[in-house]
Amino acid sequence: MGEVIVVTSGKGGVGKTTTSASLACGFARRGKKIAVVDFDIGLRNLDLIMGCERRVVYDFVNVINGDCSLKQALIKDKRFDNLSVLAASQTKDKDALTQDGVAKVIDELKSEFDIVLCDSPAGIERGAFFAMYFADRAVVVVNPEVSSVRDSDRVLGIMSSKSRRAEQGQTAVKEHLLLTRYSPERVERGDMMSIGDVEEILGVKVIGVIPESPEVLSASNSGVPVILDENSDAGQAYTDAVARLLGDTVPMRFLDAKKKGFFQRLFGS
Amino acid sequence: MGLFDLFKARPKNTAKLAKERLLIIVAQERGAEAMPDYLPLLKRELLEVIRKYVNVDPDAVQVNLEREGSQEVLALSVTLPEK
Repeated sequence: MGEVIVVTSGKGGVGKTTTSASLACGFARRGKKIAVVDFDIGLRNLDLIMGCERRVVYDFVNVINGDCSLKQALIKDKRFDNLSVLAASQTKDKDALTQDGVAKVIDELKSEFDIVLCDSPAGIERGAFFAMYFADRAVVVVNPEVSSVRDSDRVLGIMSSKSRRAEQGQTAVKEHLLLTRYSPERVERGDMMSIGDVEEILGVKVIGVIPESPEVLSASNSGVPVILDENSDAGQAYTDAVARLLGDTVPMRFLDAKKKGFFQRLFGS
Repeated sequence: MGLFDLFKARPKNTAKLAKERLLIIVAQERGAEAMPDYLPLLKRELLEVIRKYVNVDPDAVQVNLEREGSQEVLALSVTLPEK
């Protein structure tokens, strides 16, 4: 039976889809058979970040409605044949996801794949709820910024009381934080909360820190998840996060402020 | 810090401020999460009843649900105005 991992955050724009795409490729590169599912019904985006937007024929809601089989809807990644994508539907029907329908798809995916990665939409509405409901583990993406941290706490609270594991009295969903858009320079100046600050507020350990990096935008522009850009700090940081999620012990990198040269210091950045 | 920044007022350590604010609001919201849904309404109705007899400030009524082991204690505290 595969493991269900949700990538969630509460707040929008913190990097959930970027993270889902990179983790999915990272797990696939490590030899895991993985399916990544876009739960953002109405606002499909994961396909674009994964670079398979032109190959979407059937989507998540089609599978639930029985318009096609799960197999027909899964899009095989061109880079890794052990990686498949299930696209979100673009329907405006807010009730397109039903608990039984989602449960059936998740259970079928679990029997086929080692990891089922659920890319949650922002907010705490239906799509976000179902993305986390079946999770065994959660990666909560958080920016070191007040609204993101507060929303993450809400999501953690909902998960600990409303998930299937909580309802069935099983062991709790295992929680991890993934800090994105981290700027060691700003932390050093006292303008940004540190890893320790965020861990202390939320009471959850950080499994990875992705530095603020221009390569993230270039990666989405080209539909190649940033983890595949091995020269970028962000890509390497995601590779480390995947390793830690798989149980490896890997030291944190990219946490030190870059030393500025004499002239840079003299004239400011 | 650049040469020209010396002439600008440096902002305070805002990260520290953010952390302090978050610790407070998160603790408060976690507490609220554990409260039953009827508590705000109960509080409002209690306030109305009390106000029939004493003119108290809305903030003067505190309703708290505390857990002591397996028991739940509903604590009601009303600060009466000074005469």
